[in-house]
Amino acid sequence: MTLAAQDLSFGYPGRTIGAGVSVTVACGEALALLGPNGGGKTTLLKTMLGLLKPHAGMVTLDGLALTDMSVSERARRIGYVPQAHAGAFAFAVRDVVLMGRTVHQGLFASPTQADRSIVESKLDELGIAHLADRPYTMISGGERQLVLIARALAQEPRYIVLDEPTASLDFGNQGKVMRQINALTTKGLGVLFTTHDPNQAMRYADRVALLGDGRLVAEGAPTDVLDATALSDLYKGNVFVVQQRDIKAFLPG
Amino acid sequence: MTARFGAFGGITIGLILLLLGVAVAFSVGRFPISIGDLVLALWSKLLGQPSGLPPAVEAVIFNIRGPRVLAAILCGAALAVAGAAFQGLFRNPLVSPDILGASSGAALGAILGIFFSLGVFAIQALAFAGGLVAVALVYLIGSSIRSGDVVLVLVLTGVVIGSLLGAGVGLLKYLADPYNQLPAMTFWLLGSLSGTDRNDLLPLFGPIGFGTVVLLALRWRMNVMSLPEEEAQALGVSTGPLRLAIVAAATLVTAASVAAAGIIGWVGLIVPHMARFLVGPEFGRLVPTAALLGGGYLLLIDTLARSASQVEIPLGILTAVIGTPVFIWLLVSARKSWS
Repeated sequence: MTLAAQDLSFGYPGRTIGAGVSVTVACGEALALLGPNGGGKTTLLKTMLGLLKPHAGMVTLDGLALTDMSVSERARRIGYVPQAHAGAFAFAVRDVVLMGRTVHQGLFASPTQADRSIVESKLDELGIAHLADRPYTMISGGERQLVLIARALAQEPRYIVLDEPTASLDFGNQGKVMRQINALTTKGLGVLFTTHDPNQAMRYADRVALLGDGRLVAEGAPTDVLDATALSDLYKGNVFVVQQRDIKAFLPG
Repeated sequence: MTARFGAFGGITIGLILLLLGVAVAFSVGRFPISIGDLVLALWSKLLGQPSGLPPAVEAVIFNIRGPRVLAAILCGAALAVAGAAFQGLFRNPLVSPDILGASSGAALGAILGIFFSLGVFAIQALAFAGGLVAVALVYLIGSSIRSGDVVLVLVLTGVVIGSLLGAGVGLLKYLADPYNQLPAMTFWLLGSLSGTDRNDLLPLFGPIGFGTVVLLALRWRMNVMSLPEEEAQALGVSTGPLRLAIVAAATLVTAASVAAAGIIGWVGLIVPHMARFLVGPEFGRLVPTAALLGGGYLLLIDTLARSASQVEIPLGILTAVIGTPVFIWLLVSARKSWS
């Protein structure tokens, strides 16, 4: 049970951004894609979701080529959590999460009672049941991120892919959201997330892949891959390491 | 607040406005019909019995005012439903049903018909076809341009083609006979239901009924389509075919309404806002509420148009005069319903 990129070249039509990347996410583990802005993290993520076509190589989902699957076959297996945005219309939080059930419904159908009870349980699971009737446009950024995670969970996928899940969140919310993401792996989901914060990769990922200029620089357990040399090469700047007991943290120099 | 009322509340308010509109429309005019007479006439017709009302009253109900009332309701509902669909699809609450050139295409068709002195039915058919062809053209050009944002490209193509069609309208007006054709063209472009009779109802009801049913059936998919493209795909929606279906249904509905009543602005922009203000943006609730509100709204405006002065006031002028303050009020008081 893996979501894997094999010798993947990726990018937008007519513009290749990265090449030769092989990474694997297994169910029950979290893989962090770490790298500087413009390094190709989000593009790789969208290619592994099937939203962009591979330029070369392939993405496999449980052994099958992603390009051979229909939009709905992919959506039953992979849930996508985009960066939280305000949205154009004030849908109720409950309706936003209900949209995660779309792939399990017929073209002309409305949500069933079963869909609704799945939604309630996901809202509970993420501790946002009290927001269910609030407009999605009028809750905080951290709350929106949790709502989008609940929406992806309502798809009942095997993998969850998150694009910078803590970008633009305050300190407290970052921890809240990352703890929820961490909890997903213990439920057996495969988690792939991008981040530009090495501390987040260190603390919340089982494995980390360093991506710079569209190339895979290193890949492995955070404690093996993340050190001052690797990070200062990746970000082209000084990095200080702070160590206390068994917790290691990095500071920009 | 997302929704002040549930689906039931929204539909009830819409129905009340609609029935109020019907009552006012029949009781106002050169030949007022009381509610009692109206109900009696309809009831007798339903049972196939003679109503005992003077023939003149029955003629006004079934041949003159009735068809016009029904046409106003159908056109208003059509514009409101199409507006709600396009606003969702383009993720922008400031979009009207003519965003992809349906009105400009219909205008050019109708003006061509008037220019060649064709009959009323041919003019309406040309307007209907013009609306459909214009949107098809915009869709073909827009979707053949490969770029990141499909929706933005479609909107821009709509603007460009719309202004080209507008130039065509301008040229025909310039070349038209200023005494016979030009006034007819001007009047058509401002919108009116004054010539409506029973024969107009079927060509109006067919496309509007069909398009509205399609949009209602796709209500839950339309919610997802109001998300950014990539999110909708990641939720399992094939955005390309679905967008085409929604555009086709909304265009069918718009073109039928424009062909029958001419260009009536503002209704498709404002009524979806009113509906969203009442029931929130969820399309299962929004579409029926918008249809009822739109029907009642245009019916009241049409009643005003034919009764406020000696000559008929063009509908497009009234909808703009009433629409502007209503829209500003919505901006001030209901901003939260869509921002």
